[in-house]
Amino acid sequence: MGIFIDAFRDGLSMLVTGAADVWTIVLVSIQVSGAAVALALVLGIPIGFLLGTKRFIGRRMMLVIANTGMGLPPVVVGLIVAMLLSRRGPFGNLELLYSQPAMVFAQLIIALPVVAAVSAAAVSAVPRELRLQARSLGASRLQEALMTLKEARMGLIAAVAAGFGSIISEVGAVTMVGGNLAGKTRVMTTAIVQYTRMGDYGPALALASLLMGIVLVVNILLTRVQQSAERYER
Amino acid sequence: MKDRSVRPAIWRVAVAALAAMLAFSVVGCSKADDTATTPESAVEKTNVVLASTTSTQDSGLFDVLIPAFEKANPEFTVEVIAVGSGEALKMGENKDADVLLVHSPAAEKTFMEAGFGTERRDVMYNDFVLVGPEADPSGVKSAADLNGVMTALATGKAPFLTRDDKSGTHSKELALWKAASITPTTTANAADWYLSTGQGMGETLKITSEKQGYTLSDRATYLTAQGTLDLVILREGDRGLLNQYGVIPVTDATHLDGANAFMDWITSAEGQLVIGGFGIEKFGQALFTPNAQ
Repeated sequence: MGIFIDAFRDGLSMLVTGAADVWTIVLVSIQVSGAAVALALVLGIPIGFLLGTKRFIGRRMMLVIANTGMGLPPVVVGLIVAMLLSRRGPFGNLELLYSQPAMVFAQLIIALPVVAAVSAAAVSAVPRELRLQARSLGASRLQEALMTLKEARMGLIAAVAAGFGSIISEVGAVTMVGGNLAGKTRVMTTAIVQYTRMGDYGPALALASLLMGIVLVVNILLTRVQQSAERYER
Repeated sequence: MKDRSVRPAIWRVAVAALAAMLAFSVVGCSKADDTATTPESAVEKTNVVLASTTSTQDSGLFDVLIPAFEKANPEFTVEVIAVGSGEALKMGENKDADVLLVHSPAAEKTFMEAGFGTERRDVMYNDFVLVGPEADPSGVKSAADLNGVMTALATGKAPFLTRDDKSGTHSKELALWKAASITPTTTANAADWYLSTGQGMGETLKITSEKQGYTLSDRATYLTAQGTLDLVILREGDRGLLNQYGVIPVTDATHLDGANAFMDWITSAEGQLVIGGFGIEKFGQALFTPNAQ
């Protein structure tokens, strides 16, 4: 157990003193995953709304795609994005590989199906009668949509949490398209891999604790949302 | 109402998919067991854990070296764990490995002094090369010596990519900076030109190529990857670019007999011959020069 005690002591002092740029790493993580999840919401909630409320050709196919996309392996996303952005790839002249925008793009692809699928489920849980009633009371289509989203707000928060959770702890794609450059594209997960590889268990454990903390907060949020949804059902 | 009819269908699909996955994994397991038991059951083999570096692994040397060792010593099998020299030494310290093959002379010395290894022998050396964009914007080609090269890198416009991972290659790079009396991290615009990847050689070369910067690489990894890179060798053959490998059996290792057998074989005439011949067929030149005493 000595190995854990030593690493824990090293890690703690690192957090307190701010050595090894631990906080820069955390900040880059939150920046990149935050931007990705924000974009995923802008695109994913309208998609989820359509999937959850409207009936159209190809809807079921899109639902299958969104649900499959929830299990999209990050390394596969990383591989494809890296190939697209590589100097020898079709978008090489943008010189985007190994930069934060590349990471945001890759994480957006990972988070989008999660946000779309979870918000579709949330929106479809809103009773159809409620929407019909709103329409019969003279609400416009936009008002009806806003009301539905408002009713489904708990589920939409879950979509945010699930989307964020799916990318903040992801390591495959960010390594491949970010490159783990210190102060630029180094995030918590890639730094943990690096420190472990170097035998520096202290900072690795410190970052691991912070990452676990963030994931824990996300899951507390999710559980609370689920519980309040249960109340709603009864 | 429609929603309710859809949901059970989705559940049925989900349960079927799960069942299929379970079935596959069970089949996969039993298959793996079969292959593991049939040929091995005849002889009880000892599995020796060799911790070595990513650059050695990436060069492909082990694909030739390990089978040759296992043929000469049928009572042992070797499992290679490729990490940075730093973690390889740490694995030795924690007794997670039986024997080490690393190239970080200064760190190896500390390791031996702390009593973590039973003995250390020279095995072979290869050399490092400085690679960068063909146009050589920082002008390292025309520098008189390695100190001049490092100064050109620090004052040039193109970035330098450092592995920054305590690997043997990284400690070699640090030694070169030190010899030139430059501390890259404290230079005026370090954040712009001195970029830390914290990753292995292959990845770092790829990033260097994308950023059109410079980096220090072992020759083997560069030659293996050069087809996918837009980088050329700008500096080679300087005395300061040699890279010595050592083999160290770990003190109180789980399989010290295997560790010693590996050390004896790799430093024997037979092992040295395998090392000296590696790479000639593929690259037209040997990648490592055997130099065991």
